[in-house]
Amino acid sequence: MPADSEIVVGVARQNRNELWRVMVPLIIVVALAILPLVAGTYVGGIVTEILVFSILAMSLNLLIGYTGLFSFGHAAFFSLGAYTLILLNTIFGLNAWIGLLAGVMVATVGAVAIGYLCIKVSGVSFFMLTLAFSQMLFSIAVKWRDVTGGSDGVGGLKRPFFFGLDMAAPLHTYYFALLVFLASFWAIKRLVASPLGHSFIGIRENEGRMRALGYPVQSYKLLSFVLGGMMAGLGGTAYAFLNGFVSPDAAHWSLSGEVLIMVILGGMGTLVGPVVGAAVYLLLKNIISTHTDHWMLIVGIIFIACVLLFRDGIYGSLSNLLARKWSRR
Amino acid sequence: MESLITHLLNGLVYSMLLFILSAGLSLIFGLMNVVNMAHGSFYMLGAYIGITVVAWTGNFWLAALVAPLVAGVVGAGMERIFFRPLYKRPDFDQIILTFGFTFVFIDVVKWIWGVDIQNLALPQSIGGGIQVFGAAFPLYRLVLIGVGLVLGLLVWLLLDRSRIGAMVRASVDDRAMAVGLGINVGRLFTGVFSLGVALAAFAGVIAGPIMSIYPGMDIDILIPAFIVVVIGGMGSLRGAFVSSILIGEVDTLGKAYFPSSAMFLIYLLMVTVLLLRPNGLFGIRDAR
Repeated sequence: MPADSEIVVGVARQNRNELWRVMVPLIIVVALAILPLVAGTYVGGIVTEILVFSILAMSLNLLIGYTGLFSFGHAAFFSLGAYTLILLNTIFGLNAWIGLLAGVMVATVGAVAIGYLCIKVSGVSFFMLTLAFSQMLFSIAVKWRDVTGGSDGVGGLKRPFFFGLDMAAPLHTYYFALLVFLASFWAIKRLVASPLGHSFIGIRENEGRMRALGYPVQSYKLLSFVLGGMMAGLGGTAYAFLNGFVSPDAAHWSLSGEVLIMVILGGMGTLVGPVVGAAVYLLLKNIISTHTDHWMLIVGIIFIACVLLFRDGIYGSLSNLLARKWSRR
Repeated sequence: MESLITHLLNGLVYSMLLFILSAGLSLIFGLMNVVNMAHGSFYMLGAYIGITVVAWTGNFWLAALVAPLVAGVVGAGMERIFFRPLYKRPDFDQIILTFGFTFVFIDVVKWIWGVDIQNLALPQSIGGGIQVFGAAFPLYRLVLIGVGLVLGLLVWLLLDRSRIGAMVRASVDDRAMAVGLGINVGRLFTGVFSLGVALAAFAGVIAGPIMSIYPGMDIDILIPAFIVVVIGGMGSLRGAFVSSILIGEVDTLGKAYFPSSAMFLIYLLMVTVLLLRPNGLFGIRDAR
């Protein structure tokens, strides 16, 4: 039986942990909120980009990290959202706020159609099939020049106003991205903690057992795929909303690959991992590339090290390390 | 009519390049269950090593010999050091590992050879043209078609008629049984990976005189090679051959006659095959 003093210490530690659990996210959110006011436009721009791509990385993480669906065509839904917003706005003059909703909806419908076909196969075939579908969209974006502008892309989004605020101002785009990011993060956090999220994890861990337990595994897979596609669509629409421009690069498989790298770098199957991964990747891309031409080499080596040695990614490995330290004390 | 023949022949040239590439890709997948995303990188590496060898010696054929050797050694080292620890992990880990290597390769190539678009000089002896059914056609491209066919035959003989080939086929069919029979599967893996990427590098060299060489050519060739392997059936040499010709011709003729929809149609074909026959047209086993 532990002595009273040990129990007191234990309770104190628990309280301290509880305190940290509330304080750390709060500090991060406050820091993000005041960051553009302190750090200036350049840093604000980079962080805006990180926030948007974090949404995309989190959505892919739902598939590969939580459900075990190794998609290599996630750019498809990003581009569907982005093109829908820009085209509706520039061709039909639709209000960009409504376009935002429409973009997410089109991406969701696309994810239902593509997901319905893709979940019929698994493993490498799933990987290849998702790749093929996204490249199909890429080929449409490149070749249907009259509408999509071909490889030059389309721009000229008529920027919306929000109660008189010009959304094109860097500060406003930053806060818009931050809000969309926080909402997405919260949604994923809730989803993963819900019974549905646990079913996804169950499929990742042991699909056969889930099936034997009577779970409709195919329906769950499709649902995960659609939710992931929907959030990727949100990321894409937000991206187009902020940049006012979209090109076929948004549908190319190398974007799917970049997002995959973000997820693995940060740590797949963790909430914060994809965000850390997106930040590390984009910071390397934006900052190291101004000092040396070899940022790809550095990214490649870190990535290979993560795959070989730090399977849980940067965030996952660090939090494991800290957890071990806590428990040892 | 003349232009049709030219297009058909050009399609066949592209087919043979795709075949040499995808034969290695398919072989590696069939044996090791690894989708080698760095396959295009070895193709690119081969082309650049070719540039250096030609610059030093002026001998194109020497380049076509040296580049695959270097690539083979690099590939063997890669398999030994980086892939070995991953065989007990899920297949996906190996795919993303090869993907990481594409970043390393493209940067090393930029570092050593620069970012400009380059070309390999055509050997003088076969620089001329020739009349084929009334259409003028460069001699080198005909040689390339022949080289592809001969190489395909050699790989087939190696796999189908040699002792090593029998061991490879046995390991593809049932890895555990092959180990039980005393086959050194580890060494076989190294050998097949090395051979596969050497073929890719060889394709890079012989493509050098007719296609431009630039950092990024790896990414541009990778997806067509994937499509060939998927349609032919992963792990099947025969499938790789047939679907190389299919894709090479459809792509070349499509670009000539239906430029706006050719790319879409090829992806549509890939999707259709994956949905209706996930093992490909000549698939020898479940694509896991």
